[in-house]
Amino acid sequence: MLDKELRSMIGDVKDGRMDRRAFVKRLAAVGLTAPMANQILSIGGVAMAQSPSPYPPTKRGGGGPLKLLWWQGPTLLNPHFATGTKDQDGSRLFYEPLASWDVDGHLNPILAAEIPSIKNGGLSADAKTVTWKLKPGVKWHDGKPVTADDLVFNWEYASDPATACVSISTYSGLTVEKVDDLTVRITFKEPTPFWANAFVGAYGCILPKHLFADYKGAKSREAPNNLKPVGTGPYKFVEFKPGDLVRGEINPDYHMANRPFFDSVEMKGGGDAVSAARAVIQTGEYDFAWNMQVEDEVLLRLEKGGKGKTLYAVGGDIEFIAINFTDPNIEVDGERSSMKTKHPSLSDPAVRQALALLVDRDSVKKAIYGRAGRTTANYLNGPDDFVSKNTKWEFNVDKAIALLDKAGWKPGADGIREKDGKKLKFVYQTSINGPRQKTQAIVKQAFQKAGIDVELKSVVASVFFSSDVANPDTYSKFYTDIEEFQIPMTQPDPALHMRRYHSRNVATKENKWQGQNFPRWVNKEFDAAVDAADTETDPVKRAALYIKCNDLMWQDTVVIPVMHRLAVEAASNTLRPALSGWANQTDNIQDWYREG
Amino acid sequence: MSQYVLRRLMIAIPSLLGISVVLFVVLALAPGDPFSELATNPNVPPEVQAALRARFGLDDPIYLRYLHWLNAMMHGDWGFSFVSRMNVDTLILQRLPTTLYVIGSSQILALLVAIPVGVYAATKPYSIFDRIANTLAFVGFSLPTFFTGILFILIFSVTLDWLPFVYTTDIKATGIHYVLEMIRQAIMPVAVLGLFQAASMTRFVRSAMLDVIRLDYVTTARAKGLGQAKVIVKHVMRNAMIPVVTLIALQLPAVFGGAIVTEQIFRIPGIGSLLISSILSNDTPVVMAVAFVFACLVVLFNLVADVLYGWLDPRISLR
Repeated sequence: MLDKELRSMIGDVKDGRMDRRAFVKRLAAVGLTAPMANQILSIGGVAMAQSPSPYPPTKRGGGGPLKLLWWQGPTLLNPHFATGTKDQDGSRLFYEPLASWDVDGHLNPILAAEIPSIKNGGLSADAKTVTWKLKPGVKWHDGKPVTADDLVFNWEYASDPATACVSISTYSGLTVEKVDDLTVRITFKEPTPFWANAFVGAYGCILPKHLFADYKGAKSREAPNNLKPVGTGPYKFVEFKPGDLVRGEINPDYHMANRPFFDSVEMKGGGDAVSAARAVIQTGEYDFAWNMQVEDEVLLRLEKGGKGKTLYAVGGDIEFIAINFTDPNIEVDGERSSMKTKHPSLSDPAVRQALALLVDRDSVKKAIYGRAGRTTANYLNGPDDFVSKNTKWEFNVDKAIALLDKAGWKPGADGIREKDGKKLKFVYQTSINGPRQKTQAIVKQAFQKAGIDVELKSVVASVFFSSDVANPDTYSKFYTDIEEFQIPMTQPDPALHMRRYHSRNVATKENKWQGQNFPRWVNKEFDAAVDAADTETDPVKRAALYIKCNDLMWQDTVVIPVMHRLAVEAASNTLRPALSGWANQTDNIQDWYREG
Repeated sequence: MSQYVLRRLMIAIPSLLGISVVLFVVLALAPGDPFSELATNPNVPPEVQAALRARFGLDDPIYLRYLHWLNAMMHGDWGFSFVSRMNVDTLILQRLPTTLYVIGSSQILALLVAIPVGVYAATKPYSIFDRIANTLAFVGFSLPTFFTGILFILIFSVTLDWLPFVYTTDIKATGIHYVLEMIRQAIMPVAVLGLFQAASMTRFVRSAMLDVIRLDYVTTARAKGLGQAKVIVKHVMRNAMIPVVTLIALQLPAVFGGAIVTEQIFRIPGIGSLLISSILSNDTPVVMAVAFVFACLVVLFNLVADVLYGWLDPRISLR
C-alpha cells in the first residue's frame, strides 16, 4: 500500500468519513493486523476505540460457578514471577493491568480511564512519552484505593534486577513518574513505537504497593502475598493449592458495571489435554479447558453430540524447521556449530531452497493440525495476520530435484546426493511430541524421494528447551543440521519476535548459548531493518521494515515455516468466553458470560 | 523384641543417608534446568537468570549443595520450590491427605477383597470358585492401571454419566453431602488401584495358604476335632500371613508409585502428581524431597514388616 494512500485513509477516519472497522479491514487486506492497524490509527491521531462490547448481562453475579480446566495448574500467583502462561492465567483472575488486548486486537482499558492517544494527549508525537490516567474510585480487594503510587511502585519493583521478575525487560528501559494521584507518565529513552507494553497484558498486572513495598529486591520471595493475591480483579482470592487449584469468589465492588457474571471461579490443573477436552466437550463436567493440543480428529469425534465445542484464537505462533548455517559436526575451540565454520551443504542456498520445497505443509495440516493450523510461507504471521504478501510456499519434489541437480548435487552410488564428497545427510531434531514426530515422518519421506538422507532425532522436551549449558541436545545449541519447534509470539508486536535473528543474538559458547539466533544466520540488511524498526515512529514505515525482515528470512531460507498455529480452547456450548490471540486466555475474563 | 527393633532402626539411618546422597547426585547430574522456561522467554534477560541461579545456589559445587541440603534437612527445612517459590514441606503436606485418603482406601479395599477370596479359594483348591477367582486375578494384574482407569472413565463417566472423573479438592457441599461427594469422586480411582492390588494379593494369599494348609500340624489340629473355621483362622492364617505381610509392606511404597499414573488420570492432587509435575518443570528441591519421602517410606515399611514378622513368628526376633 502506498504511504500517501494510507495517510489519506487515516485522515478519513479522523474526520469521520471512514469507519474504524472499514479502515482495519482494508489494512488487513494488505497484510496488516488489527492491532497494528489500531496502533497506526492511534499514532496517526485517532483515539483507539474499544470494540463494542457484546456483553449482554445486565447485573453483576448470578451466573453460578465458572469451572476452568488447565492441564497444568498455576504454581504461583504473582504475575511478575510467572514461569508460564498457567501462572499468568491464574494470577490474572485477581490482578489487572491498565489495559489488555481484546478479541479484535484492540487495546481495551481495564484500570485505565481511557487508552492514551495523541488526540487525548496521552501520547506524545515523538513517541517518547505515554500518559496513563487511572479510572477513579478503583479499590484493591482489601478496600484501599488504587493510585499512581502503585504504578510507580510496580515499575520500581519489576525493573529491579534483584527482584528477579520475568517482566523485567518490559520495565527496565523506561521511567515512570507520578503526575497526580491518578496519572502517571512513562518516558522512554528512545522513541518507542510499541508503547503499549508496560502495564498492559500479562506482564502489566499491577501489584498493590502497600502489600509488596517491603518485599522489593532480594526479599521478593518472602512476600506472603505471592501466594495470596490481593488485586483489583473481578474475583477475590479464596484458595490456592499450587499445581492443583485456584479458587476465587465474586468481587462485589468490581469497577466495571454488571461484571463479572459468575459468582465464583475455579481453575483446576493436572491431567492431559485429551481428558480435559473430554471433561468439557463430552461430559460437560467443566466449562472451559485451555490449550487443546489434541489431534483434530479426536476433537471432531468428541464434538459430535457433545456438550461443548472447540474455539480458535488466532495469534502469531509459528511451528517451523530451522536450518543450521554452521557445521555441527566440527568442533572449534570446544564448540560445535561454531560461527567459525560453515555448514558443508546447508550453506548452499540451493540446498536450503530445495529443503523448503520438500516440506508438504498441506499434508501436515491435513494429517496433524486440522483446524488448529494454517499453512504459511512466513515466519512472521502476526500480530494477527501480519503476513507478507511477497512470499509463497510450494511443495514440489520435481522442482527440488531440478534445483539440486543444477547446483551440482548428484545422486551417488547409494542414491544419496553428493557434491565434492559431501553428502546430503542430515540429522533432524525436535522435541518429543506426537505432532512433531508425525511431521518428521512426513518430511523425511519427501526428503528421501529427492535423494536426501535424514536421521530423525527426538529429545525430551524438558531437555530440548532447557538452558542447561552442559547439555548438548538443547535447541539453542543446535548440534544438528535442522530442527523443528514452535516459537510463540507473546505480544502483538513483532519486535521481540524478529529481534532474535539479529546477528548480535547468535547463540555461541561465549554467551552460554543464551542468544536466540540459533540458525546462526548473519545478514546485514536484516540487522539494519530490525534496528531501524526499533525506533521507527512512523507506523507505516515500521510495518514495512518488519515485512522486509520476514521476506529476507524467506529469501535466505533461514527457517522453513511449517504451520501458523492457533490457540485451541474447549468451551461448553453455553459459555461465551472472550478469547484473543493476542492475550492470555483469562485476560478478558470479566467479559465472560453464559447464555441460556 | 525392643532390642530387635532398635537394631533395625540403627540400620535404617545409614541407609537413608546413603539414599539421600545417591538421590542428590543423580538429580544434580540429571539434565534439565529449573529455569528453562525462563530461558526460552525472550522477555527475560540472561542476567536475571544468572541472578536467580546464584541466589538459589545452583552454581555451587555438588558436595556443597548436598551439605547445605543435609544441614537444612536436619533443622527441618525442606527447602523451597523454585517453581512455586513456596516451602516444599507445605507443598507436600498440602497433598498428603489426598494421597493417604486415596491410597489408604485402595489398600483397604485390596485387603478386603484379597484375604477372604484368597483364603476361601485355598480351602477349596480347583473348585469353580477358585478357578474364577484365579482367572479374574490373572486378568486384573495383567491390565495396567492407566488402561483400566480410562476404561472406567469411558464406562462410568462418559457413557453412564454416574461418576465425575476429575477429582476436586474443593467440594462446595458441607456435612453429609461433603462426605458423600468425597466418596463418590474417589470410587473410580480407589477401585482402579484397589482391584489392581487385590488381584496380585489374592494369588499370593492363596498360595501362602496352600503351603501351610497341607502341613502336619494342621492335620493334627483337625484330628483333634477342631472346626474348619477355627483351624483356618487360628492355625493356618497366622502362619500364612508372614509372606503376605512382606508383600504388603514392601509393596506399599510401590503403590505410592503406581498411584502416580492413577493420580494423573483422575487429576488427583496427590504426592505422585506433585512428583510428576516437579520432574517436568525440573523443580529439583521438590523432586528431591518427594523422592526422599518415598525412600523413607520404603525404609519405614521394611521396618514395619520386620516388626510384624517378630510378632507373627517370635522365633524371628530372637535370631
